[in-house]
Amino acid sequence: MGFLDTLLGRTKPVQPNLDKLFSLPSAAITLEAAAGLVPTGAASVCFRAAEGKAFADIENEVRELLAMGAGADVPRVEVSTDSYGFTWLLIRRPADQVEALVTDVHAVNSSLADAGFGPQLLCSLVGFTSPAGARLAIVYLYKRGTFYPFAPRTGETRDNALELQVRGAIEGDLPIEPDLSRWFPVWGAPGL
Amino acid sequence: MARTRYAPDRGLTARMTLTMFLLGLVFVGFVAALVGILSAVHASGAAIVVFPVLLGVGLGFGSFYWSDKIALRTAAAVEVTPQQAPELHGVIDRICALADMPKPRVAISPTELPNAFATGRNSNKAVICVTQGLLRRLDREELEGVLAHEMSHVAHKDVAVMTIASFLGIIAALLVRFSFYGELFGGGGRRDNNNQQALPILLIIMLVSIVVYAISFLLIRLLSRYRELAADRSGALLTGQPSKLASALQKVSGTIAQIPTKDLRASGAEALNAFYFVPALTSGKSLSTLFSTHPSLERRLAELAKISKQLGQ
Repeated sequence: MGFLDTLLGRTKPVQPNLDKLFSLPSAAITLEAAAGLVPTGAASVCFRAAEGKAFADIENEVRELLAMGAGADVPRVEVSTDSYGFTWLLIRRPADQVEALVTDVHAVNSSLADAGFGPQLLCSLVGFTSPAGARLAIVYLYKRGTFYPFAPRTGETRDNALELQVRGAIEGDLPIEPDLSRWFPVWGAPGL
Repeated sequence: MARTRYAPDRGLTARMTLTMFLLGLVFVGFVAALVGILSAVHASGAAIVVFPVLLGVGLGFGSFYWSDKIALRTAAAVEVTPQQAPELHGVIDRICALADMPKPRVAISPTELPNAFATGRNSNKAVICVTQGLLRRLDREELEGVLAHEMSHVAHKDVAVMTIASFLGIIAALLVRFSFYGELFGGGGRRDNNNQQALPILLIIMLVSIVVYAISFLLIRLLSRYRELAADRSGALLTGQPSKLASALQKVSGTIAQIPTKDLRASGAEALNAFYFVPALTSGKSLSTLFSTHPSLERRLAELAKISKQLGQ
């Protein structure tokens, strides 16, 4: 943001970075090898719906787009709104199709961005699970172009040890968010 | 190439630029007048100007540097952790992620008056404070609108901008006072030699300062109102929900008018007005549009309605 924009109070919504997401499949492989965490086959996109007809139209378009695949290639999509008023699109595929999952997520992103609603994208997450039952999400922050791990335990506490362990494992594959204060919790997010 | 839905408000930008330019012009004119007056009478009168200017710089810098501590203390606010206020932190986390901003500290003030303010000298020192009354009255999406407005104040560095802008007013006000007392008490030892000269000079300095103070006061208030509109705008675009912010504004200003202002003035709420979401107004509406730090509710709602229309197209 430029000096003049600040001085004149005309900060604009930030456009998302969509490309970094494609490095996720390779990180999924590393994660399984290093920490025994396997993808659950669920991914979700979170965005802040803007008011008005324009956004509602786009949202419908996105849902139709995802339902358009051929035969068995169609992902299952669920839509929900969380208590903060953010919309979550939950996309499910068989657990081994991480790459297809990321492509689905990207389809949502680019539809919103093409319609001019890119700034409404908040984050996207891909779910992982361990044989012992631990849950983990790799969260992608659109505005930063970075990822962070989020491991919830019961009762709104976080498994920080697992998160840091995962950070160490996937540092080489993904740009990890360096500012820990931005690793915000997404309790009860669909796809976890 | 993705198109953008967020057309800039050129009119607002132009008016804000003009206001800042005029403030700068008054400042330059003020300095030139002081230099002119003082150089006409050797250096004997310089002390009367130098001290208020130094004091003004000190006061301005102090209130800027410790803005977070001063404002929090005045509002009797306490900083809260994510464990103490998970909802509030959750809303702010999401706004920060949407806006790509570092997370500010979060504080709650135990007042019944529904309001919020942002302060702190830079985005690392920023604090966002909401009152208990606000948390009680607004639903979560309205709260989000208010917090997005406050985050926009942080992004626009409004504490710094308004401190610099008010600087001129502070110095002019101090000069009025100093030259007034200087005139009353006649400057001590100098009375014998240049008594004839000293009096009119102090008088001229006082008159010039009064004029500068009056003009800068109006300009600063104008600038403050424009910056509120800018924060409304950025906040509404950030969440994509201008109508939620509008409904929060309506709720908050409705309640503020109903609540008696006695106890809150005792706790110094008026001093904080410049950074509040909605000002705590005392009586008198006639000149309030010219003198107030915030635009009228009607004006803010009209601007938000415009944004809502733009978003829906």
